Amino acid sequence: MKKLSARRRHPLAALVVLLFALAVTGGLYAAFAPADKAQADDTAQSLAIKEGKKLYAVGCASCHGTGGQGSSDGPSLVGVGAAAVDFQVGTGRMPAQQPGAQVPRKTPIYNQAQTDQLAAYVASLGAGPAVPGKDQYSPDGADVGKGGELFRTNCAQCHNFTGKGGALTNGKFAPTLEGVDPKHIYEAMQTGPQNMPSFGDGTLSSENKKDIVAYLGAVNGDDTASPGGLDLGGLGPVSEGLFGYIFGLGALVAVAIWVAARTTKAKKS
Amino acid sequence: MSNETSATTARRGQAPRGERIADWADGRLGIYSLAKSNMRKIFPDHWSFMLGEICLYSFIIIILTGVYLTLFFHPSMAEVVYHGTYVPMHGIRMTQAFESTLNISFDVRGGLLIRQIHHWAALIFLAGMMVHMMRVFFTGAFRKPREVNWLFGFLLLVLGMFTGFTGYSLPDDLLSGTGVRFIEGVILAMPLVGSYLQMFIFGGEFPGHDIIPRFFTVHVLLLPGIMLGLLVAHLILVFYHKHTQFPGAGKTNKNVVGMPLLPVYMAKAGGFFFLVFGVISVIAAVASINPVWAIGPYRPDQVSTGAQPDWYMGFAEGLVRVMPGWEWDFWGHTINFGVLIPILIFPLVLVAIAVYPFIESWVRGDKREHHILDRPRNAPTRTGFGVAWLVAYFVMLIGGGNDLWATHFHLSINSITWFVRIAFFVGPVLAFIATKRICLGLQRRDKDKVLHGRESGIIKRLPHGEFVEVHEPLSQEQLHVLTQHEQPAPLELAAEVDENGVERKATRSQKLRAKLSKAYDGEDNVIPKPTVEEYKEISSGHGHH
Repeated sequence: MKKLSARRRHPLAALVVLLFALAVTGGLYAAFAPADKAQADDTAQSLAIKEGKKLYAVGCASCHGTGGQGSSDGPSLVGVGAAAVDFQVGTGRMPAQQPGAQVPRKTPIYNQAQTDQLAAYVASLGAGPAVPGKDQYSPDGADVGKGGELFRTNCAQCHNFTGKGGALTNGKFAPTLEGVDPKHIYEAMQTGPQNMPSFGDGTLSSENKKDIVAYLGAVNGDDTASPGGLDLGGLGPVSEGLFGYIFGLGALVAVAIWVAARTTKAKKS
Repeated sequence: MSNETSATTARRGQAPRGERIADWADGRLGIYSLAKSNMRKIFPDHWSFMLGEICLYSFIIIILTGVYLTLFFHPSMAEVVYHGTYVPMHGIRMTQAFESTLNISFDVRGGLLIRQIHHWAALIFLAGMMVHMMRVFFTGAFRKPREVNWLFGFLLLVLGMFTGFTGYSLPDDLLSGTGVRFIEGVILAMPLVGSYLQMFIFGGEFPGHDIIPRFFTVHVLLLPGIMLGLLVAHLILVFYHKHTQFPGAGKTNKNVVGMPLLPVYMAKAGGFFFLVFGVISVIAAVASINPVWAIGPYRPDQVSTGAQPDWYMGFAEGLVRVMPGWEWDFWGHTINFGVLIPILIFPLVLVAIAVYPFIESWVRGDKREHHILDRPRNAPTRTGFGVAWLVAYFVMLIGGGNDLWATHFHLSINSITWFVRIAFFVGPVLAFIATKRICLGLQRRDKDKVLHGRESGIIKRLPHGEFVEVHEPLSQEQLHVLTQHEQPAPLELAAEVDENGVERKATRSQKLRAKLSKAYDGEDNVIPKPTVEEYKEISSGHGHH
């Protein structure tokens, strides 16, 4: 003890005590902190955030601000959640090509891994809806009929009966839902991208969303049968009228010309 | 007659079976005289004279398929829960009308095909009537003695529109229910009587339980019944007046050049019926129409974008879509001009074309019969009016489909609406002027062809080096077609003072008539056709011109 007490006024004593205290707190934290697995995830997550931040700085920051705080050219991304990023970047809408009434869908610029990193970074800016799991949007166990009813109540007034899309004011539009990944449809409902209102879980429960996604898969999917023949775009009476005029009446007039041309002409003497 | 027949049979043994049957029928129905006057009836040959036949046959097809559909359709608004063949609709509440339409589509043998034939034939029927009407209009076939038949045809078109609309409403799907809601709004927009009329027609608040059964009766009984009567009258008048014909050698206002009804036209018309049926069936077999299973049952709280009526009502839809939503409040009563004005313009536009024959005959003071058709260029004012009317009509069709124009051409729906608002007024005027100028240009060309012949494309070099194109003189037949038309002088107002020095005052309507007549037939609106002297002078061989 004498040796210790003799050196207690040593210039480095404070440092040693500090190190000791840190080691103890650290040790105690290590002992009582949550499970190892979570810790491992955290590392991966922080790595993703770090990578995402780099991608963000290159591709997004010019409009959305260096910290996602937004600017005159783009909204704030604080609290939009990973689902919004996965939708906007995953469908190619972001990064936007040019400003306009609405940013259209195009070939994605980032691959899924990069999108996930961006999503992780934006999610770290503030809490928001997470990317849905496959079980949330897969049609297994969903009620297609109920989904149709919900779709006609909540979605059809902009997206048409079976999601063929429609016009909004001043050049804005509700895009067609044909060939859209079920995950992206789910995310769009969750986050309300661009001109679409968001249907949070309080408005449409996750069960309801699953039903809607299943309904769209049934009536507007790749293997949807059209029992009546060509669906003419599924746009209703306008395309039917056009088809009737051009191919219906057009064919009949052609037949009439043919019949009238084929006649017994009076012989010229 | 029968005594005579028995006398001949006694002489030569029994007559053939067919003759005996015909005799039997003639004694009771008088078919000999009927057949004698009609079997050899002559009809001229031209494809555009068959447009009416397209309408007639598609109407017959609609009736045949419609009868089949009534066997399976339940016009009831009682609610049921669906548990049928179409899985994505399971567990949905719907009316029996919608359920039975689904059953017709998925469970009745041939049901979907018959439904689609019925609907496609209806669209083609209306389109055919429209084009048929335009043929009659632009060739002046509506002139005396055919004005009444023109009105019959017009009524058939209007009744066809409403028969189509009631039929479109019957399946009670989300699209047609929205259309019925539209009609309810139209009825409510009528001042004073609107709300009472709405309660009367719907039997209570919208949608109630009565509208589908009522539309059903109107669709399958009332309107088709009237139409059938009008159609028969239309055909009887065609027979009675005899068919018009295009000008040509040997064709006069007093004859009809063509082929007899029997056997030529019976065979042609009968064959054409099957061709029409065939074409419509092929279309119905390959192209879907009104897929009610994708549209879903009607519920007043639901609506879809792209909710348009069938094309023949698209004109009314356009009027309502582009009309600003003006509303006035009169001592607690709302007058909804946003709907009222369109539903006043809608019949006005239709009536404008219906009364045109009477206006034209009054303006031109034309009381004579016309059986030779006009070439549209030779009636520039009429042709201009017809094209102006079509422009107004089709501009409104654009207005009715403004959302699809917006999405398909990447335009702003607001700009389309403004375009339609302006073009509805400006477009017809421009179309009228342009059409008239084109007609006059074609008249000049005709004159040129008569006087100088057809450009043959053969270039000749003359000895002194000049190049000329050889013009081929037209044949007598061609000359006849280009010069047979009349060019009536415009009506003149009678002199203000007659020969006895008594002042004669023209009434206001006489003055208006003289002015309009000048617009029809005045010297600025017609190119004088070449006279015989002009023709002789030029064709007497002074070389090329």
